[in-house]
Amino acid sequence: MTEDSKTYAYFLGCITPNRYPGIEAATKKILKEFGIETKEMMGASCCPAPGVFGSFDMHTWLPIAARNLTIAEEMDLEIVVTCNGCYGSLQEADHLLKEHSKLREKTNEILGKFGREYKGTTEVHHSIVVLHDVIGLDRLKAEIKKPMDDVNVAVHYGCHFLKPREVRGHGSSETPYILEDLMKVTGAKVPDYKDKLMCCGAGGGNRTADSVQSLEWMRQKLVSAIEAGCDCMVHPCAFCHLQLDRGQTEMEQAFGVFFNFPILFATQFLGLALGLSQEEMGLDKQTTTMPEKLLK
Amino acid sequence: MGTLYEDIVGYGGEVFGEEHMETLRECVQCGKCTGSCPSGRNTALRTRKLFQMALVDLREEIFNSPELWFCSTCYTCYERCPKGVKTTDIIRTIRNLAAKEGHMSVPHRMIGVYVMKTGHAVPIGPDQMKLREAVGLESQPPTTQKYKEQLEQVQTIFRTTGYDAMIDFDWDAMNLKGMEKKGGKKK
Repeated sequence: MTEDSKTYAYFLGCITPNRYPGIEAATKKILKEFGIETKEMMGASCCPAPGVFGSFDMHTWLPIAARNLTIAEEMDLEIVVTCNGCYGSLQEADHLLKEHSKLREKTNEILGKFGREYKGTTEVHHSIVVLHDVIGLDRLKAEIKKPMDDVNVAVHYGCHFLKPREVRGHGSSETPYILEDLMKVTGAKVPDYKDKLMCCGAGGGNRTADSVQSLEWMRQKLVSAIEAGCDCMVHPCAFCHLQLDRGQTEMEQAFGVFFNFPILFATQFLGLALGLSQEEMGLDKQTTTMPEKLLK
Repeated sequence: MGTLYEDIVGYGGEVFGEEHMETLRECVQCGKCTGSCPSGRNTALRTRKLFQMALVDLREEIFNSPELWFCSTCYTCYERCPKGVKTTDIIRTIRNLAAKEGHMSVPHRMIGVYVMKTGHAVPIGPDQMKLREAVGLESQPPTTQKYKEQLEQVQTIFRTTGYDAMIDFDWDAMNLKGMEKKGGKKK
């Protein structure tokens, strides 16, 4: 169904709509430009965060995630997301409920209290996979208006996009390729850097419970990207965006140093190359600022 | 309450399947998890040690170890474990059991408060509504924070699973029990 499907239910989550709506605007605009419609999921909640609610009580995490899935099922649409947390949570819940019939019964008992039922008729997709596999690199390349030939991009995958592999299905988590492919379409270079595959430090309740430790973790990652000569960091996760962008203000408060290392969601970077302005994608209203090189 | 291992297999097994959780028994203490751990680079988290503690039933010690909460659930060790131990899901299950027995920090309990009040771990406020308008979006997304009857469904889930009682949630004050309006005392 995916290849032919031109409309997705857009699961917004929390950070995308409530902190970085520029990610939402950029994603909707680009998908629309390539003939893909996104529909709002009325009444959706927090996914809820897999490393957070999954750590506190997975028996609460699961029915909340399942409830979100039922909204897309009622719309008869597959889901697209712009956050690895949402991706991790919804795809994992969907996977578990499809695998374990007893678990599905138990979950539906809870959902039945307010007239919902999980049926297992939707799928959960990440927006960058829709760009890579459904729209395709050739079609993207044909529309590039501002080549990024002189830009070195540090790609950051985040954790729950690639792992666990048995659920995500994007190949090796040690040698990923999707973000690299998408960046190269714009002409950008994608240098390797030491901590490329390292977590941003925010997940699992770390950012909430021990922010300085979580910021030190991120500081090491940013330093390794800067040392490799990268001009900016591009990622597929709204929660990583919160940590990597706003976290740079918090790093300044904690460590007295402000890197101002530009952070962009994948569709924001592609948006610039496709000719969208930074204003229409909210890049002028975040912590880190975009250098001339990216805006020219 | 059985041994910690039995509880991990029991509680986690209901969600992931018992075989998934029983992989804990396969741990040979090789330390690949610890060597791969981005948290362990900076913190006292030693994943290998956590698993050995779990296997020899050091229940109170593990529940009282601050490093139990230093895992970011990045799944690096999960992918690299040569014995196929489902590491991250085991750590999350141990955290679930710890939380059920009252080992949960106030900031972590507060995340539950936001979701019970708005349906979102990160709710929207007036400033963010302006950000949305500036990029041409509706000022408020059509989620649980906008539709009360939809939020009530999420609240029903919390009441049904007992999550509200687990974090000591006060439905009248819509906050943790015994908390001042802002911030609050540590448990």
